[in-house]
Amino acid sequence: MGHLWQLISTLLAAVPTVAHATPEPATSGEARELFIQICYLAASVLFILGLRGLTAPDKARRGMQLAAAGMLVAVIGTFLDFRIVSFVWIILGLILGSGIGAAISIWMPMTAIPQRTAISHAFGALAATLVGISHYDYITNVLQEPIGHIEMAALGFEVMFGALTITGSLMAFGKLQELLPSAPITYEYQNEMNISLFIVAVLMFIFLIFAPSDWAIHHVVFYLMVLVGLAVGVLIVVPIGGADMPVVISLLNSYAGLASSATGFALGNNVLIIAGALDGASGFLLSVLMSKAMNRSFSNVLFGAFGGSVAAASSTSTSGLTVKSVSVEDAATQLAYARNVIIVPGYGMAVAQAQHQVRELAEQIEKRGGEVKFAIHPVAGRMPGHMNVLLAEANVPYDKLFDMDEINGEFSRADVALVIGANDVVNPAARTDPASPIYGMPILNADQAANVIVLKRSMNPGFAGIENALFYDPKCSLLFGDAKASLTKLVQEVKRA
Amino acid sequence: MTALADLCLLAVEDNTSLTTAFLRLYVFVLAGFVGFQIITKVPALLHTPLMSATNAISGISLVGSIVAAGAQFSTFSTFLGFVAVTAATINVVGGFMITDRMLKMFKRQERK
Repeated sequence: MGHLWQLISTLLAAVPTVAHATPEPATSGEARELFIQICYLAASVLFILGLRGLTAPDKARRGMQLAAAGMLVAVIGTFLDFRIVSFVWIILGLILGSGIGAAISIWMPMTAIPQRTAISHAFGALAATLVGISHYDYITNVLQEPIGHIEMAALGFEVMFGALTITGSLMAFGKLQELLPSAPITYEYQNEMNISLFIVAVLMFIFLIFAPSDWAIHHVVFYLMVLVGLAVGVLIVVPIGGADMPVVISLLNSYAGLASSATGFALGNNVLIIAGALDGASGFLLSVLMSKAMNRSFSNVLFGAFGGSVAAASSTSTSGLTVKSVSVEDAATQLAYARNVIIVPGYGMAVAQAQHQVRELAEQIEKRGGEVKFAIHPVAGRMPGHMNVLLAEANVPYDKLFDMDEINGEFSRADVALVIGANDVVNPAARTDPASPIYGMPILNADQAANVIVLKRSMNPGFAGIENALFYDPKCSLLFGDAKASLTKLVQEVKRA
Repeated sequence: MTALADLCLLAVEDNTSLTTAFLRLYVFVLAGFVGFQIITKVPALLHTPLMSATNAISGISLVGSIVAAGAQFSTFSTFLGFVAVTAATINVVGGFMITDRMLKMFKRQERK
């Protein structure tokens, strides 16, 4: 990153000379255009190669450097654009943006990555929307030319999707940062209202494409559509609960990409179309994976307002059953003499900031000859893959982290499954109880281990508000208390055992 | 659907713009396919870095923002361009830096 930074600064220093170059003859203009297009082509290739790097952890960093180089090449090419007459605002924006971006990425704690991602979707969409508005203003106010139907379709799509992604992402940010209540906010006729508002926006969009070029009306409708887009963004995210955020973030990621792509359509710029399509495909794929991991359909996430009425319907009765609690010493003895231990971390572990204690415990067990693996459910964190990042930060080697599909067959051979701050992802009701709201959701088979130890703050049900029969299983014992404190004690006891 | 058909009919009036629009659509669809193929191969382990990486890459709208900020079409569009450059740069610089910071943390176990 350091080299890149130097490159950018040298580049910026060189810029004014480019800007004040004498007007060139036509052939030189063509050469310049050719150079710009080659830059864009190179950038597109570098982006794709960069993303391919992410298919293997040891190639990932190098891949991302390629992608960053691609971005630099694209920016260099754009600097030569003959339409640019002044670099003042460009450079100010670049400096300001770099400062803020660098500050955020240096000081943002890893637990807050979902929030950062949500807010960056808002920034990305904001940029796309503003470019769209500025382009619209240029054509209608400066050139005063009629907008072609196709161009208007691209512009309309860009600003409408952009606008709803801005506010939608800000709402998601607010919920993740707990500035807004993370529970769904619902009211009567909510879905009907949202859908009608969306239809209004689409009607305006169609009007804009086919309307005669009466600018006064056209302008009013255009800016109204932006406002309606902003409102739709707020209204569609507000009724979605905190537990569904992995799907929402992925979907907004996809929207931000599509808005970028639409910008490319409107400006006739292929690198924008390509980069936006890559982002759109990635976000879409991740949201499908996340929905599958929660056994929910898209429409159910978007219109379901999880948690309200459904939770009461479960038939899993736990009245009359008792849970078995265990002392730290006994739990430590079990862990110390276990051959195979599978740790199931949940978001509760991250909330308690206990990642480092978990790693220490794993090291102690391994020192005594046991084998420790981590079982990561796809929705264990607040965004796709979040739990892996949190454990990697605590120096857990990534070859100990296993996906649900990789590890589910191994629970039956495990001596102990240690569940830390996870609940719904190990709830057997998902397999056995058709009345349960999480029925059909793929879960980690922690209940198949010979012994299960659950670290839990209290007997409160999890995010979805569903009772967990696993806790009442005779081979399951519960260690109550703050995860961090319990783990610290466990580490000491295992050392002593 | 009828609206879409109308759109196509109206677009035919201007044949060249329809051709270019279709070329762009080709680019979009093919890039989407490439993206799909690659991203299905990204392990769940790296899904968070993947999202911040694609986010940084879609900061490519910086390219459009730069032209809007520098072309001086009008004060209004220069201002919008400036804000857009700032927002897109936050994503590009922040996105690549934080992706790198995350990827740096992923280590294999040292074999003794």
